[in-house]
Amino acid sequence: MAKRIDVSGLSAYYGTFRAIDDISMTIEPRSVTAFIGPSGCGKSTFLRTLNRMHEVVPGARVEGKVLLDDENLYGSGVDPVSVRRTVGMVFQRPNPFPTMSIYDNVAAGLRLNGIRKKGELDSIVEKSLKGANLWNEVKDRLNKPGSGLSGGQQQRLCIARAIAVEPQVLLMDEPCSALDPISTLAIEDLIGELKTQFTIVIVTHNMQQAARVSDRTAFFNLAAVGQPGKLIEIDETERIFSNPTVQATEDYISGRFG
Amino acid sequence: MSDVVNDAQPLSGAPAPSRLATARLPRWAPLGIAVGAIVVGFGVGAAAGWKSHIQWGLLALFLFVAGSYAITARVEGRRQAKDRVATSLIWASFILAVIPLYSLVQTTISKGSKALDGTFLTHSMNNVLTIQPGGGVYHAIIGTLEQVAIATAIAAPIGILTAIYLVEYGVGRLARWVTFFVDVMTGVPSIVAGLFILSVWFEATGQAPHEGFAGSLALTILMLPVVVRSTEEMLKLVPNELREASLALGVPKWRTITKVVIPTAVGGITTGVMLAVARIAGESAPIALLVFGSDVINNNPFQGPQSSLPYYIYQQYTNGNDPSYNRAWSAALVLIAFVMILNALARAIARWKAPKTGR
Ligand SMILES: Nc1ncnc2c1ncn2[C@@H]1O[C@H](COP(=O)(O)OP(=O)(O)O)[C@@H](O)[C@H]1O
Ligand SMILES: [Mg+2]
Repeated sequence: MAKRIDVSGLSAYYGTFRAIDDISMTIEPRSVTAFIGPSGCGKSTFLRTLNRMHEVVPGARVEGKVLLDDENLYGSGVDPVSVRRTVGMVFQRPNPFPTMSIYDNVAAGLRLNGIRKKGELDSIVEKSLKGANLWNEVKDRLNKPGSGLSGGQQQRLCIARAIAVEPQVLLMDEPCSALDPISTLAIEDLIGELKTQFTIVIVTHNMQQAARVSDRTAFFNLAAVGQPGKLIEIDETERIFSNPTVQATEDYISGRFG
Repeated sequence: MSDVVNDAQPLSGAPAPSRLATARLPRWAPLGIAVGAIVVGFGVGAAAGWKSHIQWGLLALFLFVAGSYAITARVEGRRQAKDRVATSLIWASFILAVIPLYSLVQTTISKGSKALDGTFLTHSMNNVLTIQPGGGVYHAIIGTLEQVAIATAIAAPIGILTAIYLVEYGVGRLARWVTFFVDVMTGVPSIVAGLFILSVWFEATGQAPHEGFAGSLALTILMLPVVVRSTEEMLKLVPNELREASLALGVPKWRTITKVVIPTAVGGITTGVMLAVARIAGESAPIALLVFGSDVINNNPFQGPQSSLPYYIYQQYTNGNDPSYNRAWSAALVLIAFVMILNALARAIARWKAPKTGR
């Protein structure tokens, strides 16, 4: 089910400010691709162009092409709503719906998309929570509010919520940056399991994390503040971390800047 | 001699004086200062023969604040003294704000309970001479309930939808104009709203209105901007992350609004609507103009004159005799109770619907 993503000549703007410039890359299906780079270089912006969340920001727009198995997400007549059902997203800060119980949070995407049958919902909710390694911790309190969970549990709840609608690609924007090391480990393990079914793209500030979880790594950089961010290089993670082609990548990875 | 030396330089065995703890006033100190200030303030006031007791109170207040500062500064230090002054100013403002409220409620209860009984609540003024005791507010309660309910049924949906438009969709010129007109409407005096409906009614039907519905329309105009404003504020409080979380699940925008944004804000929205209801429940001018008032029970808001609580109060008070005064005060009590019940209800709903926390 997982899909390949082909980006070509993609630039994204906030109003007149160009945040990323002319990015082209291929993201392989059933693999984990990590985005690294200094703050403000446009990793989040680029990630959000992959499921058309970028245009949710007022005044924001995109130029270029994103092919999902040969279908252009920015083609005319493409409905952003169905794009987002195919390409799911997990945010930096856990954001469960505060008015909903744990069960309802996971079922939210399904219910809001019209699946109502109790039996069907029950089984998908269980499957998703198991998929997010959260089932054992919450199975006795599915009807309690999701905001009562710990940060790490909330983030796994958000992952369960995202995979419940069965997307083909899962985008994660620094999913562990608000979490403690144990929860981080739990989520990294989870990513390893999820990549058998999904194409996963993860933004991370943690170099070790990128090295641990990803198959391929893309390094982004920007010339100066106020300049657009660019893709410097993308390659097998091992290569990026052992002998990158570009000097800037090596400097960044070895901690010489950024 | 040796004492002095010991004080200045503690022997190495003795514990060094703490730099973190300073001398503290006892817990009852603020109360003591307050009592002292009141005694001195009132004493001076009485001795000087000031007529206005407000002057006594102000002097006591001044002494309290100044006294708190002086005493705390001596014992605890200047920063604590400023803290204490700020605290005492807040308490003083609280008391200043509560005194009129207390006096208002107390007056209304003591004067309003004279005529308030079962008969008063269940009878109209039909066939009651104004100089007689007896009669009641039933017809006015019916009028207020119906007129306010109709106004709410119109203004709440329109107002909430307008606010949703402004917060969730509104960009550009239309949104700016809507905001501008809502601001303008906020400032429309109730009598002007009444006159507006009156002239529209004339244009449309060729005759003057005398039915509850016309009053409801004027109340709608008064209620609308309040609902828009409060709902707008509540919707703005919903974190953008929740909207994005829902959109990223492939949920269409309108369902995101109805299933995520509104449920998160519903407590606050309800409170806003209830407060707007409380505000229009006290309006008498449009009713006098459009509904004419009546002494008999009229359950139909679409035909014939009706009364309403504020109009009834006005009417009774202008009668100028004791039984009428008593009825006016009792009706005022009923109106206050009505508004207070609404507020309590709004709070209960807000608490019940508030986003849940805890395990
Ligand atoms: N909502 C926004 N409106 C305007 N500019 C934005 C917005 N979000 C991000 N930017 C700008 O876009 C650039 C890239 O930001 P971002 O994608 O968040 O970087 P990263 O995730 O790599 O730290 C930054 O210069 C940032 O200031
Ligand atoms: Mg970011």
